[in-house]
Amino acid sequence: MANVLVFAEHQNGKIKKSAFELIGKGADLASQIEGQVEAVLIGSAPASVGQELAQYGARKVYVLEHPALETYNTLAYVKVLADLVKQIQPEIFIASASSAAKDFFPRLAARLDTGLASDSVHLSLDSDHKLVATHPIYSGKALVDVKIPNSKPQMALVRANSLGLGAPAEGVSAELIKIAADPGELRALMKEALKGSSDKVDLTEAEIIVSGGRAMKAAENFKILNELADAVGATVGASRAAVDSGYAPHDMQVGQTGKVVNPKLYIACGISGAIQHLAGMRTSKVIVAINKDPEAPIFTKADYGIVGDLFQVVPLLTQEFKKVLQD
Amino acid sequence: MKIAVLVKQVPDTETKIRTKADGSGIESDGIKYIVSPYCEFAIEESIKTKEKNPGSEVTVITLGPSRSVDALRTALAMGADKAIHVDDEGQALDSYLSAKILAKLIQENAFDIVFCGKQAIDQDAGQVPQQVAEFLNWPQVMIIEKIELNGKHAVVTRRVSGGAKEIYELALPAVFGCEKGLNTPRYASLPGIMKAKSKPIQALKASHLKGDATLKIVYGNFRQPPEKAPGKIIQGEAEVAVKELVRLLREEAKVI
Repeated sequence: MANVLVFAEHQNGKIKKSAFELIGKGADLASQIEGQVEAVLIGSAPASVGQELAQYGARKVYVLEHPALETYNTLAYVKVLADLVKQIQPEIFIASASSAAKDFFPRLAARLDTGLASDSVHLSLDSDHKLVATHPIYSGKALVDVKIPNSKPQMALVRANSLGLGAPAEGVSAELIKIAADPGELRALMKEALKGSSDKVDLTEAEIIVSGGRAMKAAENFKILNELADAVGATVGASRAAVDSGYAPHDMQVGQTGKVVNPKLYIACGISGAIQHLAGMRTSKVIVAINKDPEAPIFTKADYGIVGDLFQVVPLLTQEFKKVLQD
Repeated sequence: MKIAVLVKQVPDTETKIRTKADGSGIESDGIKYIVSPYCEFAIEESIKTKEKNPGSEVTVITLGPSRSVDALRTALAMGADKAIHVDDEGQALDSYLSAKILAKLIQENAFDIVFCGKQAIDQDAGQVPQQVAEFLNWPQVMIIEKIELNGKHAVVTRRVSGGAKEIYELALPAVFGCEKGLNTPRYASLPGIMKAKSKPIQALKASHLKGDATLKIVYGNFRQPPEKAPGKIIQGEAEVAVKELVRLLREEAKVI
């Protein structure tokens, strides 16, 4: 059988949304190659994992267990996944482009002497039933189709929020297979993990983002963006100009040398819209721009724009969101 | 300590990228090239490491066409000691094949540490550093924002999502992928630029290093992303415009 394997991530006892999106897509691809979609998780997984993933189409769920696998380790993940792949020989192996997967998936592809399509925003099969992954290049200024014609598994990393989520099915189950995996030699050891200051969803995974530019003028002024973000359930980002001016830390930067985001809604406040910023957010489904300058380039890329002072507009927007979303 | 830094020459960030009409690639006319921004952090870190470890030497390496020698000159002007240009001889490359070639070269030169940028801003694949580490059988830490070396012992801070960080301990040799925030790349000084002219650039060929490794990836159908329809500027005083915006987001765009 030509199967699709999905690497399913979980955090704090919960399966991540990306896992369900990938399983759904995997089921669609698998049906076209007369196979089924299967999932693999690393470390102790939530008890309901088999059932939850089955609802989106998974027929088998492998859980790779070992005490050393409770902490992330590149070589351990590569080893246990390579062992599983050699055992079950999937045709296609996909994962969400999370921090961890961007670290170990390329190394795994090298270990398996196969190709990996990075940062894919679309997956399909060609007329030979080979995987076609669409990949933005040159910071999103062009698109290219990536194929892995001569090796297996055909691997792909998928950008967050690219696939969409289908509806879960009721009354289905998946075979749960727990494997005592051997992580091998670990070498680089994580001695400490420091939590981020925010409990919000990471920018790369956020569905709604509110971003501030140089016009924010001071770090304290980001408070009004935090309030807007709270009202609409967003994560706050910043342009490079704001970060370089010291108004926001680098891990909030959206852009060519920051994070690439893919939300359904991106609200740019006081951001002029330099090419390098657009590179980080151009695939946003809906872009809103608030800027004092009617000539700001961001307005040419925005779906909706308000020409005005962000210090006036943003608090009003927060109020309006609170009013409307509380209904 | 023998320090290697891998750099890539890429189109300038302001460049308008045009795909060829037949979808086979991008138009290369009129493109201005630069050292990929993340590679600059790698160059800077390699020079800082040399400064902290007297007697060390930095070799900057690039795999690319003849124009990529300019990227090497930039690194030499910043303070790297030697350079190696591996000519791609016009052959197609993917991350896998590039990593095979670079790993072979690194192995032959017995480096202690390799710095790379976390990704090059042309292909945006972000695979070569990890794959080089795999082919060398060395540990890797990617997206590093801090590194402390004590002889062969490294303590490295890696940035992960949500502003969180992970601190790793490992023994060299190893491959590190550099992230913005690791350092501030220095500008090449005029004396640096002058000195760079007499620093050696070794010329090698990719075909001599790749062994029997082949491409794993085929690229096709290069195209421009779909153009967005022009948006609308919402008129009216702030209170009125804001009400209308929220209404549109809910009823028209359906995103809230």
